[in-house]
Amino acid sequence: MTSVLATLGAILRRPSGAAGLAIVVLHVLIAISAPLIVPHDPALQDSATILQPPSTVHLFGTDRLGRDVFSRTLLGGREAMLITTLSTAFAMAWGGVLGVLVALVGGKLDALVMRVVDALVSVPWILLVMLFVTALGTGTAALVPVLGFSYGLSVVYLARSAALDFVTRDFVLAAQARGESQWTIASRELLPNVRDSLAVQGAMQWSWIFLAVSSLSFLGMGVAPPAPDWGQMISDSRGIMRTAPWTVIWPMFFLSSLIIGINLAIDAWAKVLGIDRVQRTPGP
Amino acid sequence: MSLIDVSGLTIGIRGPDDNILPVVDAVDISVGEGESLGIAGESGSGKSTLLLAMMGLVKTGLHHLKGQSRFDGLPMLGRNDEDLNGIRGGRLALIPQNAGTALTPSMRIGRQIEESLRLHGNLTAEVRNRRIVDLLARVQLPDPVELAQRYPHQLSGGQLQRVAIAMALAGEPKALLLDEPTTGLDVTTQLGILDLLADLRRSEGVALICVSHDLGVIAHLCHRLAVMYAGSIVESGATAEILAAPRHPYARALIASIPRIANGLLPQSIPGRPAAAADRAGGCNFAPRCVAAREACRASAPALQPVAEGHQVACFFPTAGPLSLDGTNAAGPEATGTPVLRLVDVSVSYQRPGFFGRFSGPPRQTVSKVSLSVARGEVLGLVGESGSGKSTVLRAIAGLWPISGGEIVKPGSTGPGHSPESRRAVQLIFQNPDASLNPRHTIEEIIAQPLRLYFDMKPVEIRDTALRLLADVNLDPRYLARYPGQLSGGERQRVAIARAFAAKPEVLLCDEITSALDVSVQASVLRLIRDLGIARGVATLLVSHDLAAVRALSHRIAVLYRGELVEVGPAADVCAAPMHPYTKALLAAVLEPEAGGLHRIRLAPDRGDIQNPACAFAPRCPDCREICVVTRPEWQGAEHQARCHLADGQRPRSRLSV
Amino acid sequence: MFRLIVGRAASSVVTLVLISLVVFIGLELMPGDACTAYLGRDGKGAVLDSCRERMGLNRPASERFLEWGGKTLSGDLGTSMQRDRPITEIVGWRLRNTLVLSAVAALAGIPLAILLGVMAGLRRDGPLDLFISSTAIVAMTIPEFISATLLILIFAVSLGWTAGVVTIGYKAPILDLVAVSVLPAATLTLILAAHIMRMVRSSVIDVLESDYVLMARLKGVPWRQIVWRHVLPNSLLPAISVIGLTIAWLLGGVVIVESVFNYPGLGRLAVDAVGDRDLPLVQAIALLFGIIYVITNLAADLIALLLNPRLRTYRT
Repeated sequence: MTSVLATLGAILRRPSGAAGLAIVVLHVLIAISAPLIVPHDPALQDSATILQPPSTVHLFGTDRLGRDVFSRTLLGGREAMLITTLSTAFAMAWGGVLGVLVALVGGKLDALVMRVVDALVSVPWILLVMLFVTALGTGTAALVPVLGFSYGLSVVYLARSAALDFVTRDFVLAAQARGESQWTIASRELLPNVRDSLAVQGAMQWSWIFLAVSSLSFLGMGVAPPAPDWGQMISDSRGIMRTAPWTVIWPMFFLSSLIIGINLAIDAWAKVLGIDRVQRTPGP
Repeated sequence: MSLIDVSGLTIGIRGPDDNILPVVDAVDISVGEGESLGIAGESGSGKSTLLLAMMGLVKTGLHHLKGQSRFDGLPMLGRNDEDLNGIRGGRLALIPQNAGTALTPSMRIGRQIEESLRLHGNLTAEVRNRRIVDLLARVQLPDPVELAQRYPHQLSGGQLQRVAIAMALAGEPKALLLDEPTTGLDVTTQLGILDLLADLRRSEGVALICVSHDLGVIAHLCHRLAVMYAGSIVESGATAEILAAPRHPYARALIASIPRIANGLLPQSIPGRPAAAADRAGGCNFAPRCVAAREACRASAPALQPVAEGHQVACFFPTAGPLSLDGTNAAGPEATGTPVLRLVDVSVSYQRPGFFGRFSGPPRQTVSKVSLSVARGEVLGLVGESGSGKSTVLRAIAGLWPISGGEIVKPGSTGPGHSPESRRAVQLIFQNPDASLNPRHTIEEIIAQPLRLYFDMKPVEIRDTALRLLADVNLDPRYLARYPGQLSGGERQRVAIARAFAAKPEVLLCDEITSALDVSVQASVLRLIRDLGIARGVATLLVSHDLAAVRALSHRIAVLYRGELVEVGPAADVCAAPMHPYTKALLAAVLEPEAGGLHRIRLAPDRGDIQNPACAFAPRCPDCREICVVTRPEWQGAEHQARCHLADGQRPRSRLSV
Repeated sequence: MFRLIVGRAASSVVTLVLISLVVFIGLELMPGDACTAYLGRDGKGAVLDSCRERMGLNRPASERFLEWGGKTLSGDLGTSMQRDRPITEIVGWRLRNTLVLSAVAALAGIPLAILLGVMAGLRRDGPLDLFISSTAIVAMTIPEFISATLLILIFAVSLGWTAGVVTIGYKAPILDLVAVSVLPAATLTLILAAHIMRMVRSSVIDVLESDYVLMARLKGVPWRQIVWRHVLPNSLLPAISVIGLTIAWLLGGVVIVESVFNYPGLGRLAVDAVGDRDLPLVQAIALLFGIIYVITNLAADLIALLLNPRLRTYRT
């Protein structure tokens, strides 16, 4: 626990880390407290007040259905964050375990698994998602497993290469020579060493999956209405950008700030841990 | 005027309190044309930093604080690269420690040499091309025309080192700086490179400055010697004089800690370890470890004072008199009786799917039909160079690598496969203590692992046992809570030994356990193996390329060449009267820190003109006869045996019986 | 070396087979099939049965897979549910359009990224590097749909330099396509270039810290020569394989970008198909993307192979 606090402290000492963490914490607080603090019902449509510019009543104005943009913006991250967090947990769990295991066991299993993973990665994630959405429909229950599966694929690569760094070291050989079981070796020898870089990877996956969810919502395949979502809001208001920019600017700002905040924090974290290397599988 | 002149040079890092932590501390050096100086020191002595400074280079993170280094009167430090480009690689050249990584992978060898020629000469393209071939021939590389077309990855370590020398020579240097010129090379290859360098010094009058931790190398190459400790020079003078009768306590202890083949004794190591730059108190840096330290030594740091003509020492109380090499007798109680470990015609092949590429080490080399036995309380030294298969043998015994033929009989084994009992009874200690201890585990966890795995102990018992083991290896009980990163190399290796003994082994396999350690510390690790192992009746297989260390510790020695055993016998006999030509060459190639030219055997590289010789050593053997190519040699001799047609003795041939 | 090439190519073929297996089998494992998806709530009883009959869905999976595979190899990708036309016909033009867009983005982005990456790496932590690196991070973290929307906002709405959305049809001549692809390609290039730039920068930094660059300095080689002869060849080579991977990303981004700009390519078609619940069409597009990815990676790997001296020559 002290090492976690020490790392946290080191991150906060860096300006990028402090700024990033502050932004993230702010967003989380907003997301959690939003249902309690929103002034208006986000789903309430009022044809009398459509497309009104920001005012004291509607801080961010109203959209083309008369809904309060401020309330919708405050709530707009919740559903996406929930889906993202669940998907990330799933992806890290299955990808991490498989990656480490495959690195340790090596041989034919490694070759076979990586073959299949390679093939799966060849289809862009969004098309995999689209395939499943076409067959099963949208909604959290469908998105979480699909996203968790697709992003878990790149986690397999990352976990495997992180573990491979250590698998050839003598202390693993020593454990094998002693006759320790593969499971013990994976959990006792490898895990403490890859924990750090996997944790950072987890945070990065979170930010990519969040972007993916927002992109899907933008295309109409993500968060299901009537729940407000930033991506969806931007998509809805594309046509009226010129006349009612407030409908687009605020969700964009919130989304971008969250992403930038996370990336600043992750960058500082990686530097603190000394693992700021560009990873092999690029973004989504 | 001297060619290289270092005066009052201080290079250091800024400490956390903004004070200066010197890595090189007020060093003065002067080397004239045609002279040769060796700078000896262990890790942390600052010798490599000093060498780079002579080239005008200070690594990032370090700061040039005081003094200057001059070449031919020109200051080198604090100048732009452009100003120095004319000198570097030209009149002053550096030969790097690891030529394999110092040559650009994307450029052919010839082009890299040509680069030097173009920068430091004025030759036409034709003349340049001829000169490249000349240079490669000068460093005794075969087929220079063809070799110039190759890429660095296609050459061996020894060849690459020669290329680096050729590249340095291209600039027609007046001085050569050598950074550990033979580290990582085989003993026999090493001798070839050193001969070449000595020859160059004689014939071209090039000044040599050689930095090395190996006093034997320096003894062979340099007339003058400077010993460094913790950033400053503690003794300097003529090499022969210092080696025979060193005055500074550190120099004395260092030279004394090197085992000599002739006497076969295990010398004393220097206790403790060098203090990190941040922890140095005022006063003499060596005082904390010095047996002769007095109050005055801790009060202020001594400067270099002359004690004889051309001989200086930085000590308030230098010791006079010749160095006596004592040590304790190695072998200990006589090894008796029944073998605990037996190898019968064991062969190991590298073709194993699943493990492919996972070991960074040797297993490309096959081991063929090796038979050995080790008895209770006996130490068998297994020597050979890289590619001999010695590490592979150990890994096969430990069960990490499958054997493709023969049988291994070890305690607890009931046939092929590994029982938990044999896993416990056979313990392996690795070469690199950095890699063999999990950096995320405390020392206590590391030692506890075998205890937990093999014995059913309660946590209280585990702790007590761990404490006892730490005491056995002379480590403070406080170390239990520490992490490997906080220990020195020697201390980590002792933890590895404690871990091995925690399992109460009957067979101990030591894989180059001292190669990664400082010379002055190696003996203490070996002594632990003897005290703990031999005293408890453990059968030990000691693998090393360091013959003197093996001699000091082993009852018997076995020599491997390219996967085959070529000679076995009592340690003293094998070293004093070797039977096989390879063993003779190996022994002759050992460089001991005594100046003077013994008659040395030079092994040629494989001529490659003999196809499938019956004796694997034939292509390189100076005594090769026709029969060697045609008929496979049999074992000759009894207790001391060698597999050679020309081995001495009229004794009837006998197969090696185990 | 010939063996290496053949091996690599064979490996790609295996991957392709696996992809098609996945695309096909993944869906078999889902509850429902193409008909239930398309018909949605109406998918019951006689309507469902006749649909299945028409699509041949009542035959065993293995038979259908082989038939599908065979047809695909011969260029017949099946029939679209919604449009009731052969998919190959629908997809052909749009494939061309997407390739044009990707080519424009790649041709603009890759050289730019390499140049910026080298500059940033050579002057690490200097003001230029910080600027380039921060811009890259921002470009990488903003999702495509936002940067696309922003670009439209700036260049089409405010400045009026280009039209916001694409209005030309899917059969338009290539030159016209190139003309309208400026903004969409710019969106893709931003992120593509950011990724490649970071990789090249990292590679350059690694090489700058290598022993052989130090040795070149100690040989007295002037800096410019060190950069051209020692640094660049060794840092760009590893980047080639990564460029291949980044192109794969490009394919994913294409879907969103085409949707935002209404560009008549495969991506937009896919989105439409999802809206129509037209499973066979989505499957076919997924497979096509997979094929493009595999071919691009194969090409990148082969180029890297040819340029790498280590792989061209064997150790004697």
